[in-house]
Amino acid sequence: MEAIARLIADTNPVQTPSEAKAANAAIGAGFAYGLAAIGPGVGIGYVVGKAIEAMARQPEAAGMVRTTMFLGIAFTEALALIGFVVFILLGL
Amino acid sequence: MLSLTFPPINELIRWRDVFPGFNKVGLIAVIAAVLGIIIFMTAGQKDPLQAPTGVRNLAESGVTFIENDIVMQTMGKDGLPWTPFLLSIFIFVYLCNVPGIIPFFQMPATARMAIPLFLALTVWIVYNVVGFKHNGLSYIGGMIWPKGVPVFMRPLVGVIEFLSNIILRPFSLAVRLFANMLAGHMLLITFAFLTNALVFAETKKIALIPLSILPFFMLVFLTAFEVLVGVLQAYIFTILTAVYIDAARHPVH
Repeated sequence: MEAIARLIADTNPVQTPSEAKAANAAIGAGFAYGLAAIGPGVGIGYVVGKAIEAMARQPEAAGMVRTTMFLGIAFTEALALIGFVVFILLGL
Repeated sequence: MLSLTFPPINELIRWRDVFPGFNKVGLIAVIAAVLGIIIFMTAGQKDPLQAPTGVRNLAESGVTFIENDIVMQTMGKDGLPWTPFLLSIFIFVYLCNVPGIIPFFQMPATARMAIPLFLALTVWIVYNVVGFKHNGLSYIGGMIWPKGVPVFMRPLVGVIEFLSNIILRPFSLAVRLFANMLAGHMLLITFAFLTNALVFAETKKIALIPLSILPFFMLVFLTAFEVLVGVLQAYIFTILTAVYIDAARHPVH
C-alpha cells in the first residue's frame, strides 16, 4: 500500500533513461506473454475438444486421434512458447 | 508489508561450475546419456530366449512404446528401421527432463537452450539428408515449387513451405522443449519461493504460516504435473522427429 501510495504521489517516478527503458521492458514483457497466450489458449481448447468428440464417436480410433491431437497441440502451443521466450528475454 | 524480491533469472538457471567449464547442467546431461547407455547395454546382454526380467522389461517396454505409439502411427511399417534413432532421442530427452523434479538435481538439463538446440539441429540434419537421399534434388524442388497446388498459388506456398521446412521446424522444435521445461522450472521455483517467504516472513508470522499451505499444495501439485510434462515433451519431440523424417521421405505431391 505504501509503495502504491508513493507511486501515485510521485509525479515523476522515473529517474533516468535506463530506468524508463527497464520499466517499459517490464510492461512490454507482461503484455507479450499475456497476448501470446490468448490465441494458443483458444486453439488448444478447440483441438482437444474436437479430439475428445472424435474419441467419443469412435472409441476404436482413440489411439490415432490421440497421436494427432498431441501433434496439433504441439504446433499450436509453439506460438505461446515463443511468447514466453520473448517474455523472458525482455523482462528478466 | 510483505515484500517479495524474485531472484534474477541468471541466478536460477546458471550454476556454479563443478570444475572449470563444466556445471550442473552439463553433469545432468552426461548422467542422462550414461544412464541410458547402461540401461540398454545391460538389457541387450540378457538372454533373449528367456522371459524378460528387471532392466530388460523396462527396455522392452520402451522399445514397444516407440514402435507402436510413434513409428507405426506416423511412419508406418517401413519406418521401423528408425526405431533406434527415435528411441535414443526419447530416452535422452526424458532422462534430461526428469532431474527437474528429482531432489538435489532440481534442474532439467533441457531448460538451457544448448541441449534442445543441439538435438533439434541433429534432427534437422537427419531429415534433410533423408529427404535428399530419397528424392534427390526434387526434394528442394518440391519444396519451392510444390505440385498439386494451383499455379498462381505456387510462389506463395513455396516460400511458406521452404521457410517452414528449413527454419521454422528446427526452431520450433528446440524452443518448444526448452520453453516448456524452463516454464516448469520457473513455476516450481515461484511456488517454492512463495512458501519459503510466507514461512520465514519477518512480520505477522503467526498469520502467515497457515497461509503458506496454499502455495505448498500448489508446489506438490506442480511437481506431479512436471512428471507428466517431462514424459509428454519427450514424446512430442520424438513424434515430431518421426513426422519430419516421414515428410522428408514422402513429400506431399
